[in-house]
Amino acid sequence: MVKRISTPLSDEVVESLRAGDKVLITGYIYTARDAAHKRMVEALRRGEELPFDVKGQIIYYAGPTPPKPGMVIGSVGPTTAIRMDPYVEPLLKLGLKGMIGKGYRSEKVKELLKKYKAVYFAAVGGVATLLQRHVKKVELVAYEDLGTEAIRRLWVEDFPVIVANDAFGGDVFEEGRTRYARI
Amino acid sequence: MREVPVSEIKKAVKELIIEANYKIPEDALRAYEEALKKEQSPLGKEVLQQIIENAKIAREQGLPYCQDTGIDVVFIFLGQDVRVTGGSIEEAVNEAVREATKEGYLRASVVWDPVFERKNTGDNTPAIIHYEVVPGDKIKIVVAPKGAGSENTSRLAMLKPADGWEGVKKFVVETVKQAGPNACPPFTVGVGIGGNFEYCAYLAKKALLRPVGQRHENPLIARVEEELLEEVNKVGWGPMGFGGLVTAVDVKVEMYPCHIASLPVAVNIQCHANRHAQREI
Ligand code: SF4
Repeated sequence: MVKRISTPLSDEVVESLRAGDKVLITGYIYTARDAAHKRMVEALRRGEELPFDVKGQIIYYAGPTPPKPGMVIGSVGPTTAIRMDPYVEPLLKLGLKGMIGKGYRSEKVKELLKKYKAVYFAAVGGVATLLQRHVKKVELVAYEDLGTEAIRRLWVEDFPVIVANDAFGGDVFEEGRTRYARI
Repeated sequence: MREVPVSEIKKAVKELIIEANYKIPEDALRAYEEALKKEQSPLGKEVLQQIIENAKIAREQGLPYCQDTGIDVVFIFLGQDVRVTGGSIEEAVNEAVREATKEGYLRASVVWDPVFERKNTGDNTPAIIHYEVVPGDKIKIVVAPKGAGSENTSRLAMLKPADGWEGVKKFVVETVKQAGPNACPPFTVGVGIGGNFEYCAYLAKKALLRPVGQRHENPLIARVEEELLEEVNKVGWGPMGFGGLVTAVDVKVEMYPCHIASLPVAVNIQCHANRHAQREI
């Protein structure tokens, strides 16, 4: 079964999701990866505001290729999420509800998802042309000088993801591997 | 001496970078189609379907298969009877990277310096260039762009000779296990065994240039490849790590003699974006 959700996410929606669920996301999501996270967290440390209000929002860990003429965005698949783990808590504290990336998270982040009622989605890494088709609009939000690592607001329609870590400690990777491991 | 103008190398490298990024090789694609028949996990199957569809869209529309268009790894097998004229090969390759990145709408993903400022060089230069001098009067160029998701999970160990085959196997399986979902399985695993510290890593990378599904011509190495493939697929990660039977579609091994006191092993993890393109000049 596929669940359809739209952003911004409420606590009820987050709580309705379980690890392994197939989900299609419609609405605005924000791209940010290593360099943008570093800047955002440094800004918060200095007491400044973030370039966008993260409340209820989803951050997509991704840095697209440049668009060809006539396209809104280039190829845009997820990047490895665990590199962003050190930056997650201050954003969750401000109300961030979801993250999209690839790969597993640290134990610490799994705990934080429970604490702040948030969810981590995995998109299929590397299928970047397929995912690009679900992006309908793109606006630059901040840090243009970071190039591909700038923060962009994407309007996505039926963006396909899987709930990797839910707000109750569920973990699709652990559960999946245990089921199929033969050593 | 056959003379080859350096501009021909530039042209070839430029075209190969774009080709590699847009068109996943047939052998890799066939391996994913085979994997789809074998895979039992429903999520795993779905991932494989997405991978195959993505490859088709990328080919047909001329788009980068993956947004991480990687750092450009360029192998130059230079025939010893060739004289390259008209400039530096290194400069030609980097100019090719610059032009391919811009004209192919690829992502600039290289920073200098690696530790402190990490400022994007803006055009994906410089490339990593490997040269080998080989017999003949041809130049064979192989381009293999490599993303960081899988490269970051690669490992090298200087084992003790007493660790033997069991030690090698354990290290390869452990590396695949640690790489897991982060490195975008199904993998092709490149393994270098023997040589020394740096040569072993080079062998692991070079092993990946052989077609997926093809066994090594040396029967000993072919056997090693088969056994390792079976072992790494017991790990259970499956496509994209959601659980499944196909964690790797192939393991490619190269071996080399080594010192009486050494047993180097290197594992280069190749994600499903197994991009390479080649040409002979
Ligand atoms: S690991 Fe490979 S498939 Fe995955 S995002 Fe990186 S380059 Fe793309």
